[in-house]
Amino acid sequence: MRQAELLIIGGGPAGLCAAISAAKSGAKVLIIERNKYLGGQLVKQTHMFFGSEKQYASTRGIDITEILLNELDKYKENVEILADTTVVGMYEDGIITALYKEDDFFKISAKAVVVATGAFEKSLAFPNNDLPGIYGAGAVQTLMNVHGVKPGNKVLMVGAGNIGLIVSYQLMQAGVEVVAILDAASKIGGYLVHASKIRRMGVPILTSYTVKEAIGKDFIEKAVICQVDDKFQPIEGTEKEFDVDVMCISVGLTPLNELLAMRGCQMKYVPQLSGFVPLRNENYETTIENIFAAGDTTGVEEASAAMVEGYLAGLCAAAKIGYKTDDFDERKNDFVKQLDALRSGPVGKHILSGIEQIVV
Amino acid sequence: MRIEEHPILEFKKDKKINFTFNGEKIEGYEGETIAAALHASGVKVLGKSLFLHRPRGFYCAIGNCSSCLMTVNGVANVKTCVTDLEEGMIVETQEGKGVIV
Repeated sequence: MRQAELLIIGGGPAGLCAAISAAKSGAKVLIIERNKYLGGQLVKQTHMFFGSEKQYASTRGIDITEILLNELDKYKENVEILADTTVVGMYEDGIITALYKEDDFFKISAKAVVVATGAFEKSLAFPNNDLPGIYGAGAVQTLMNVHGVKPGNKVLMVGAGNIGLIVSYQLMQAGVEVVAILDAASKIGGYLVHASKIRRMGVPILTSYTVKEAIGKDFIEKAVICQVDDKFQPIEGTEKEFDVDVMCISVGLTPLNELLAMRGCQMKYVPQLSGFVPLRNENYETTIENIFAAGDTTGVEEASAAMVEGYLAGLCAAAKIGYKTDDFDERKNDFVKQLDALRSGPVGKHILSGIEQIVV
Repeated sequence: MRIEEHPILEFKKDKKINFTFNGEKIEGYEGETIAAALHASGVKVLGKSLFLHRPRGFYCAIGNCSSCLMTVNGVANVKTCVTDLEEGMIVETQEGKGVIV
């Protein structure tokens, strides 16, 4: 069995920041990441971040990984990284099981754990929603921005939140036509700055619309959409058809929470946080002592918030196992203030109303 | 279906990789996943659903949803969206649940 002081599950923005914070405090951290590379979904985010300088605003997501890895490298004597390794179980007796590649199965015991497993894309229910060519917006981002492959020629984007708007823009950067963006809500969910950019490029954003069905034999060939009323019910006679070979689904993400649930952490369904999330204290410690969580797995927000949550959880986890530094309070207050600032807008208000329900 | 020009990104496509899909020879590039290489060659249907035999493509492309499972070098249920392409790979659509070796 492998011994670890602080195990961090997931090497995305939250996990990397947790590692930096804990290693800086003096704790020995072990990061386990299921991909071959660290950075999680930052790897495909070509847009510049918002927030403040502390969360690398005006820097492209793809460049933030390197900044974080350089920071982590300062404490390299305290850091071990296991990539291409998937944590597959967390048990009552504290044993954690992992799989390196496909065949090397091993156990880990850790004094504390930060679970930073992120989130995954939701789907949308409509007839033929399983046809090839209907992809998650993040999937299309991966295909384009990581592999340089176009998803198709003509895309209908479902969802006008930030991801839907940003990916639409990125599709056009890659030379793919976006025929329209639709959203069931009556207002555009994403930032106005993104929406205006899209509109300037001539792409209509259709609010109060949903997908009625997809049509195609082996893959999508046509999409039918229709208007919805204020109770989100389809209005007959408002159908529009688009000849498209790709439909992008960008209707939000939901926390990847299996490990926390398996370990027995108390979970709660909180719509504002997009799914089942662990109850936690203000230090991001769950209802099981020494099991911490950070990032989208504690509620879906943006990568900026995930990073600060990671810093905070890493700091507190390290302190809990004996690495409480003299400047602990100062560092903690700084992270709390950063989170408050990130959550100060209307979206933040919504998030905070969710967080209220899980902080114990 | 590859991106030729991009305002921000550069794609390193140095080394070509040869592989087969259902016996047909296809070229991809080192560093890309099996699903990406197939998609670049126009292959969107990666398999069939278990019971209704409906066509399946990838959905999440990050190894979560299992919509992209294929048989690779005789091994069933390989997540092709997160598995790197290798020279000489034999990639096949999978019939049924696949047999665990």
